[in-house]
Amino acid sequence: MKEIINLPVSKIDEEEYHINMGPQHPSTHGVLRLVVSLQGEIVKNLKPHCGYIHRGIEKMCEKDTYPQIIHLTDRIDYLSSHISNHAVCLLVEKALEIEIPERVQYIRTIMDELTRIQSHQLWWSSFGMDLGGLTCFFYGLRDREMILDIWEETTGSRFLQSYNCPGGVMQDIHPNFQKKVHAFLKTFKKKIKDYDRILSGNVIFENRSQGVGILSKEDAISYGVTGPSGRGSGWSCDVRKTEPYSMYSKVQFNEVLRYECDTYSRYMVRMQEMHESMNIIEQLIDNIPAGDHSAKMKAVIKLPAGEYFQQVESARGELGLYVVSDGNKTPYRMKFRTPSFSNLSVLDHISRDMKIADLVAIGASLDLVIPDIDR
Amino acid sequence: MTFNIYDFTSFNRWIDEGLNSIMSPTWALITEMAIIGIVFLLFYAVVGLFLVYAERKVCAFMQNRVGPNRVGPYGIFQTIADFIKLLMKELVYIKDSDKLLFNIAPFIVIIASFMALSAIPFAKGLHAIDFDIGILYVIAVSSLGVVGILLAGWSSNNKYSLIGAMRSGAQIVSYELSVGLSLLTIIVLSGTMQFSQIVEMQSNGWFIFKGHIPAFIAFVVFLISSTAETNRGPFDLAEAESELTAGFHTEYSGIKFAFFFLAEYMNMFLVASIAATVFLGGWMPFHVSGWAGFNTIMDYIPPLVWYFGKTAFIIWLMMLFKWTFPRLRIDQLLTLEWKYLLPINLVNILFMAFLVLMHWHF
Repeated sequence: MKEIINLPVSKIDEEEYHINMGPQHPSTHGVLRLVVSLQGEIVKNLKPHCGYIHRGIEKMCEKDTYPQIIHLTDRIDYLSSHISNHAVCLLVEKALEIEIPERVQYIRTIMDELTRIQSHQLWWSSFGMDLGGLTCFFYGLRDREMILDIWEETTGSRFLQSYNCPGGVMQDIHPNFQKKVHAFLKTFKKKIKDYDRILSGNVIFENRSQGVGILSKEDAISYGVTGPSGRGSGWSCDVRKTEPYSMYSKVQFNEVLRYECDTYSRYMVRMQEMHESMNIIEQLIDNIPAGDHSAKMKAVIKLPAGEYFQQVESARGELGLYVVSDGNKTPYRMKFRTPSFSNLSVLDHISRDMKIADLVAIGASLDLVIPDIDR
Repeated sequence: MTFNIYDFTSFNRWIDEGLNSIMSPTWALITEMAIIGIVFLLFYAVVGLFLVYAERKVCAFMQNRVGPNRVGPYGIFQTIADFIKLLMKELVYIKDSDKLLFNIAPFIVIIASFMALSAIPFAKGLHAIDFDIGILYVIAVSSLGVVGILLAGWSSNNKYSLIGAMRSGAQIVSYELSVGLSLLTIIVLSGTMQFSQIVEMQSNGWFIFKGHIPAFIAFVVFLISSTAETNRGPFDLAEAESELTAGFHTEYSGIKFAFFFLAEYMNMFLVASIAATVFLGGWMPFHVSGWAGFNTIMDYIPPLVWYFGKTAFIIWLMMLFKWTFPRLRIDQLLTLEWKYLLPINLVNILFMAFLVLMHWHF
């Protein structure tokens, strides 16, 4: 074994032993491998090994035109695919200085928030499962199904939609869209109370999560832990507030912040964010203005030579896109700043001297998506 | 011969006399043992398969699913199909594992639960052995199972298995205390350890009603600690799926895995039987002293129905626990036992002894 594992520390205690969590493990939710040094049940050290699902997306982007890149961004963070698409579109539109119809802005924002809700639903499901409450998994997936149905009708796809395109959206919304979103909001407002009843208020759950995996605000900033995980440490890092895009400057919503800095606070931030997302959708859904679903675009999109950056708030945190263009129809270099990669980097720091069961809870509270780490 | 669904004593005597009249007493005894062994094996298999099916249906009910519904009506043959599949699967042997212990472990687990089953009274006159120290025997024998789990974890040559086995050892050794002490509370009340007498004494009211508050506390403690002792959720740390993949039985495949699986369900059945017998009157119908008419009606329901009904109720409760609660952490598990359940139990015994001394029970 010794030649495979790069032992994480120079000084190795005789009492310590190593286990490989992953690449095939029920609680890493994908092909992430964590080499964990244990002393009995206590985690002494942890080294993540990424790259098992590396597909070279950044390099592939250099060969693709901008409309084609959108389809690749679906595959980065498959749970917030719409938000990743949105980022590319915003970047292209900013570079070309195109005016986007207001209808498109509304549709995109609603879709973004639906994406955030379904991502948090799946996170909640797997969080419950990681802690041993298997019933949670089915509750979350049941309610997520409604959002997938809405998407299927409007975008033609349930999971990787590629619905955005530079200048607008692929096709107009389905006539049933508003009715179905209303039905979803009505149902989910009732169901989310079940979520609290089965997990949030449970004494075992509170004991498992409170005071576990303390991530101070300073550490969150220095490791770049963004999104709900960072806001659980009291760091105001919501891109929707700091650098508003689309409709976010015009809708009323609160940035959810909690200051306990533990697994429980990261959990509660996400639970609260689902309420906020529903709040945003409610403000927009009845007021979608009439108009075209896409701006007039040229057949071939060429970005003027230069450097461009665009950030959006994905369900996991700040997603940054950095493009260097040499004036061609394909980017010269494209770099993704994905939230899960930065969030993973803090895992070793906050899970030291915790139990192995806590490591699972902390990992779940960071809401890692493995393709988002490896790209 | 008079076959009576309410009393199996004469039926047993008829078999005994019949066998003795056609062969020598030694051979008659051996034949009787063989008959009982075969009956128990069949019973074991049927109950195990039924409980697996029941768990799937209960879990499906909790999770808004349908559960098995393809093999046979309502999917009742699903577990049999699974069992046949497991029988035909390859037994994977692990390099550098301790072959002997690796092979013995599932048998130790299954034998422990099998032995304990023999002391349970199913109806009047329907039990294999009626020890005068029945409860002691059951506690002693059922805790042998942990040896099998420890061996399985140790011999697999797998770190996940080893962690699972270590957890299981710590857990069962601790919770054995609570199980024993909560049963002791009832022994203080009953004054006997013999199962048949314990059931007989509950003819005018179950112990959970007769024993006031201490009996109820003992019942709750017994439910919690026996759930922990059978390694079921929320105390399923030994096989914690999301942490240790499958814990102590990670490396087992085929029929050996099925043995662990069956033993888990049989242990659950066993624990539920003990709870039903000691706290809820076993096969004794629900009686209220003074209500002669009501008691007569209750007596018409056969004891086997009472026994299986009570057992099924407790099993159902344990299944609801598993599918509702998240899992505890190992230190919280031990804290719960040593800091809460054990002191509560000790005080409870004193309370019960005081109650019995003052003749405050019914």
